[in-house]
Amino acid sequence: MDLGPHLLLALLEGCVAAFVLAVTALGLSLVFGVMRIVNVAHGEFFMLGAVIAWWITSLVPDAPFWGFMLALVGAPLAVGAIAVAADALVLRRLNYQPEATIVATIGLLYILQQLVLSIYGPDARPVVAPIQFRIVFPWFGYSGYKLVAVGAASLLLLAAWYGVTRTKFGLIMRATQFDRETAQAFGVPVKRVYAAVFALGAMLAAVAGVLVVPLQQAHYLMGLDPLLLSFIVVIIGGLDSLKGTLIAAFVIGISDGIISVFFSPTLAKIIATLAVALVLVFMPNGLFGGKAR
Amino acid sequence: MNQKTPLIGGKKSLITRRSALKTLSAASALALSPGYVRYAQAQTSEPLRLGFQLHSTGIGAGYGRWYDRTTQAAAKLINEAGGIAGRQIEIITEDDGTDPKRGAEVVEKFASQHKVDFVFGTLFSHVVIGSAPRAGELKMPYFVVSEGYHVASGMLNRYVFQPGITDVRSQVSSMAPWIAGNLGKKVTMIFPDYAFGHDHRDFFSAAIEKQGGSIAALLAIPPTETSYTKYFPQIPADTEVIYHVMVGPGVLTFVKEMGEHFGSKRPQIFGFIDSLEAVDLASPGLEFLDGTYFWEANPRYAGPDQTPEDKFFREKVGVDQNGASVDDPKDISTYSHMFGCWETLYTIKQAVEASGYKSAADKGALIEAVEAMTAFPAGNEHPQGDKTFNGKRHQCYGHQYISKVEGQKLSVVHKTSIEDGLYENDTDYTKQPL
Repeated sequence: MDLGPHLLLALLEGCVAAFVLAVTALGLSLVFGVMRIVNVAHGEFFMLGAVIAWWITSLVPDAPFWGFMLALVGAPLAVGAIAVAADALVLRRLNYQPEATIVATIGLLYILQQLVLSIYGPDARPVVAPIQFRIVFPWFGYSGYKLVAVGAASLLLLAAWYGVTRTKFGLIMRATQFDRETAQAFGVPVKRVYAAVFALGAMLAAVAGVLVVPLQQAHYLMGLDPLLLSFIVVIIGGLDSLKGTLIAAFVIGISDGIISVFFSPTLAKIIATLAVALVLVFMPNGLFGGKAR
Repeated sequence: MNQKTPLIGGKKSLITRRSALKTLSAASALALSPGYVRYAQAQTSEPLRLGFQLHSTGIGAGYGRWYDRTTQAAAKLINEAGGIAGRQIEIITEDDGTDPKRGAEVVEKFASQHKVDFVFGTLFSHVVIGSAPRAGELKMPYFVVSEGYHVASGMLNRYVFQPGITDVRSQVSSMAPWIAGNLGKKVTMIFPDYAFGHDHRDFFSAAIEKQGGSIAALLAIPPTETSYTKYFPQIPADTEVIYHVMVGPGVLTFVKEMGEHFGSKRPQIFGFIDSLEAVDLASPGLEFLDGTYFWEANPRYAGPDQTPEDKFFREKVGVDQNGASVDDPKDISTYSHMFGCWETLYTIKQAVEASGYKSAADKGALIEAVEAMTAFPAGNEHPQGDKTFNGKRHQCYGHQYISKVEGQKLSVVHKTSIEDGLYENDTDYTKQPL
């Protein structure tokens, strides 16, 4: 294949990876930024989104489009509910201490993963894409649904940006992030904000899982990769900077696509991990992170 | 008896009449208790304990489910027919999570905790390679159903056997003449980047070159990969045949993305059914495979040439004419692999009966009995067909099939002879000490 089409394919692949990653990592970044919690179970919310999407679509086998739409709404809601329960039962009882919550979310990771293994089983199950068409370039064909997923992810990112910067809830969230005690003194219900942010973070991961499941298959171990990549993105972008998270997601996603296509996927992972190490050494707060207060 | 005289020694003796009587009565009670008698007098009527190392979870889970069903069906049949050398068999299952480290631990657990007679049933090559050294150290006969070349290559040890399924080297060698003669000579190979895939890479490359063909490109895919589109540009444009063999949860994605990439302008495609074991050929996205070819060890769809033993095997395991579970047409079997468990159990039966194996002390005799085997005739005990067995390599060799996908079903177009898959190597496990 010539360089031009080769590059086009690399960019397309990179774009898909970048948008899905941006949505997932945004959830992780929000939770860390506002609650100061390193949520190790974030990838499992992604997996739960995919698995619940499989379950919902399998209930309406005759109408894949509507089944998928239902899953796109239902799966994140269900995952959000699970996150609220995890917040109330575990995180709140630990007073959101950073060290304790890391251990607790590791536990949550295994609980969710093994629950899915016992209930859903160890198989990888396919979900039919809601819209199936093939884009034919002169050199190769490409899955149309992948571009649909990119479109849906970009709408979600826009909505998230609007929510954080232009709504009252976004303001309250940012106030809590800026200074928890002062916000509380001004009557911000910090505990409820925390529960809502944790749920929101989980729901973003779940939506990404739903968008991805027609491309991959729902499998109980599928949460590990997005977790790792989200951490890479959030660390490079700066732990409490949403803008940094988005920029890092695009840089990592697209470079991953290009390096994977032209060289090898293993090299892409090596470079991403190396970038994390370099950022941690030279800019411990990430490229866009503020100074630690 | 003079009550004042101590039983043994003088007045200072520690053993009094009272304690001597206690000991005696306790000993006789023990000897008379039912369990002890059975153990002391008729150890050979204890059930034969077989440790089943199963991939219940992890990437091998789809295979594991059917390995389990096949094993349970064969064990039930053997027990109904009177067991092995008059002893019932007991299958003790442990999940290894398709993980080499846990595999070795499972072998250890079988030996020390469950005290099994033999271990069998492992499939994935990295788990076999991780577990086999421990089996050798524990002197535990270890019967794998893996199809990897690691047994016949000589890299394992005297305690490891593969009597139920042909190895990859033989399988791919027998495919090359047909591929070169019917599909094309310039081949691009796509395979998983670990032992099993490397066997395909090395031996198919050699076999196709022997047929006057050449390898256009080799694409090694990391085992945890979830997206494949990025690899397809590496397929050279002058490729005549794509040869694919993939395993794990990503296989469906792999085939779907290959379809999206090539559409109708595809080269010829030949795959190992491993890419789609336990996967419904009518799954969305697989329409693309129509007109492509697959290797099968045992035809998934019962065709006009179905043998009586295949019919028997399907009925006992619970598989319908389309290779799916009789209870659920969506639950597709791993038909080209699972017969290996069944045939391995019958080989163990034959070896135990030939060697007069009674307990762990007879393991040497058992190993020698397996090594002395030369052939397995087709029949209900070997439903996949007749096989030869090479005692030096601890490996069997059987017929292979090539099937074409037509209307989202597979139909057999070619059956190889056993000779097609023969090769030379100098493995001789019988020279290793027991």
